[in-house]
Amino acid sequence: MATPTTRRGFLTFLVAAPTLTVATNLTADALPSLPAPAEITDLGDLLILAGTPTANMLVLEVTPDGEVRFQLPRAEVGQGITTAVAMLVAEEMDVPVSDVRVSLSDARAELLFNQLTGGSNTIRSVYGPVRRTAAAARARLVAAAAQQWKAQSATLSTRDGSVVAPDGRTATFGDLTAAAAKLTSTITAQPKSEEQHRVVGTSQPRVDARAMVTGQMRYTLDLDVPGAMPTVVRRPPTINGSVRTVDDSAAKAMPGVIAIAVVPTGVAVMAETFGQAIAAKDALEVTWNRGTVDELSDADIKAKLRAATLPFVVPPLLTQHIDGEFDFAFVSHAPLETNSAIADVRADRAEIWAGLKSPIVAKQTIAAALGLPQDSVTVHVTQGGGSFGRRLFFDAALEAAQISKAMRRPVKLMWTRVDDMRHGRARSASHHKIRATYALGQVLTFEHRVASVETDFRHGLGEILTATAAHLPVGGNLSFAQTVFLTTVKVPYHFGVVTQLLNEVPLRMHTGSWRSVYSANTRGAEEIMVDELAARLGKDPVAFRRETLKTDRQRAVLDKVAAAGEWGRTMPQGFAQGVGFHDEYKSCTACLVEMDARDPKNPRVIKAVIAVDVGRPINPLGVRAQMLGGLTDAISTTLRAGLHIEKGLPLEGSYSQFHYARQKDSPPQVEIHVMPANGEPGGAGELGVPAAVGAIANAYARATGIKPRSFPITFPVDFDPFPR
Amino acid sequence: MPKYTFSVNGKPVSVDVPADMPLLWVLRDKLGVKGPKFGCGIGVCRACTSHLDGGEIQPCVTPVAQAAGKQVTTIEGLADGDKLHPVQEAWLEQDVAQCGYCQPGQIMAAVALLRRTPSPTDADIDKIENVCRCGTYFRIRQAIKNAAQKM
Ligand code: FES
Ligand code: FES
Repeated sequence: MATPTTRRGFLTFLVAAPTLTVATNLTADALPSLPAPAEITDLGDLLILAGTPTANMLVLEVTPDGEVRFQLPRAEVGQGITTAVAMLVAEEMDVPVSDVRVSLSDARAELLFNQLTGGSNTIRSVYGPVRRTAAAARARLVAAAAQQWKAQSATLSTRDGSVVAPDGRTATFGDLTAAAAKLTSTITAQPKSEEQHRVVGTSQPRVDARAMVTGQMRYTLDLDVPGAMPTVVRRPPTINGSVRTVDDSAAKAMPGVIAIAVVPTGVAVMAETFGQAIAAKDALEVTWNRGTVDELSDADIKAKLRAATLPFVVPPLLTQHIDGEFDFAFVSHAPLETNSAIADVRADRAEIWAGLKSPIVAKQTIAAALGLPQDSVTVHVTQGGGSFGRRLFFDAALEAAQISKAMRRPVKLMWTRVDDMRHGRARSASHHKIRATYALGQVLTFEHRVASVETDFRHGLGEILTATAAHLPVGGNLSFAQTVFLTTVKVPYHFGVVTQLLNEVPLRMHTGSWRSVYSANTRGAEEIMVDELAARLGKDPVAFRRETLKTDRQRAVLDKVAAAGEWGRTMPQGFAQGVGFHDEYKSCTACLVEMDARDPKNPRVIKAVIAVDVGRPINPLGVRAQMLGGLTDAISTTLRAGLHIEKGLPLEGSYSQFHYARQKDSPPQVEIHVMPANGEPGGAGELGVPAAVGAIANAYARATGIKPRSFPITFPVDFDPFPR
Repeated sequence: MPKYTFSVNGKPVSVDVPADMPLLWVLRDKLGVKGPKFGCGIGVCRACTSHLDGGEIQPCVTPVAQAAGKQVTTIEGLADGDKLHPVQEAWLEQDVAQCGYCQPGQIMAAVALLRRTPSPTDADIDKIENVCRCGTYFRIRQAIKNAAQKM
């Protein structure tokens, strides 16, 4: 490390390296205080606050051939953050986006709470720090050119990866990087003002798109780690069951089998190929100990949730009121790349590769499980094939480490699809009771009681909320889950006295945040009630939302979809439009869909018009991609995709049974309008689901006359379950 | 063990493996061809979709013996050197991929569709059953239509 430079408490260190490598370090600024009133503090604000002490600990390097390398302490799982961050760096440094390489940092324990990818928070949390780091690097390159040319830095400019002098002389960043690395003077830098942005705010294709369409993209299982052979695990017949006895005599003799070991989660089999490992796993004779929910089936879960739903405050006696009750099934995250990890555990050290959204907690937990000091465990974050919340959990990485330790070999662990659906994570089932009272055309009260199977947040979020406890916007002795609930879910309408309460039922199943955590179900159900309230009050659904929404920004997205989607146009019998709205993480969106529900058992969304205001879109093309994904998730979970739980295990075991949407379920017409920049970046990753859930359910109700109350709407067991 | 000889992306290969070993594991684990992805192993997600003598197959349910003497094409063999196939070009123009994991299979399925049906209708495109868990279907549809026009 060499001399620190200061800009209002923002320290830049030069790493001792032959080329310019800027590491920024602890900010000396006071922690920002949270916005007031407290009700506008969302989970993202808390994540940012917890990450603030280490927010600027970023590393950027300029190579002699002019490439800018930036290490991002987050996980890329398809959401496009590496592209957006490359754009931020390119903007500040005046280099083409194609000259920026963003890689994913290994687990860096010193980042504390600043290496968790969740809460739609990446762009919100790195927007300032990335720009400041890149601006510092640019300033050093300019200073190096100024020194060489005996010019004033202020007279020089940067363009296309070069420093340019007024007389036309140019020097590339690659040529300047060695000199810039030797500068010891104090250099100040300011990120560009937003009016100067030329790259940020324009549509940029993904930086890794070419690798993806040519088959060159490398996911965990595509890595060649020496000696790491294909491994799968035979899993119990019920969730959290454990091995009692194993007879591996047949399996051992099968072609290609290398090793077999019992681990806490089942029996691991390693073979020359995954096909052979799977065949040998199936040939094992195993008896099992009971799991944690062996007798539990959907009907019991429903009954428990109903019993746990807290009562309303307002009695229905004196005013006109409307009640609604809703049920949502468990939903698998089902990322297309199944849970997977590579582990190489030795006596004195371990190395792990996996798609991880909470790699620091993973590193700590794996070190403890292996009995190794944390410093001896290296955790590499690989790009993931989808997540939707799933990769907040590091169960595959931990399991791979345990297998590697037991087998004394490097391990390439893959969960089968059946494993992933039955023993993987799922969005918790939930039950909802909503009551609204009204008089004289006005909503007086709006109460929502949610009962949900406990959502597992044991991936570092608890520690983050504890660290920010003093800033929590909610008082009293609320549970951790209630805190997450109240910092993510809010009613965006002026509905008089509004109360939303969550009560959780602890069941020892594998749950986890699923894109938009509580909002998809909670806000989805509310959007249905908003339509039903509008009908009671004799108002049009769009007009009613318009007059009760709280801000102009919210009304603008609603107006946009109403106009672009020709709200109110006449549709043939069996067809209908539906609308939904959602506001979260400083962003808002409206969704208008058209549905063909001539066959109520087989409805199809045929058109969707979405408007989205994310405050400041970094990459509108990426924002649209996120909204499209949210729409497809909403189509799937509202209409056909869910898990049936029977006797302690989901019945669904593959995509032929868990009906995530296919092309035939997806609308042939989609329009997504991104509103112009008007402030700081808000969240986008999870935003798209809840409004679309509401729109789809409302279109279904209008097309069929059937009030949707249980989701997914069409949910038979239309398959023969795989053997347990 | 029997020996099977076939070509993968134009190069002759031979492997000593049991006749019923699924081609997916021969490609990925024996030959190091990582483009075709595993998503289910039973022919329903179609992430592994590749071509056998130009026709669409799911290598996870295609025994290696079926490939003997034939030409296997995976996503890696679609481009002509640095020159992308028009379907790959269309995928880039629409910025289809999100996590990208399904896209080798989606592209191979689209190429097969366009071979059978050079100007596919929406109903033809609806018949592609490949799962995209990131939900990129609309962009896939647009890309197929654009590619059809170019080809
Ligand atoms: S892995 Fe071949 S179809 Fe799913
Ligand atoms: S892009 Fe992620 S599964 Fe299709």
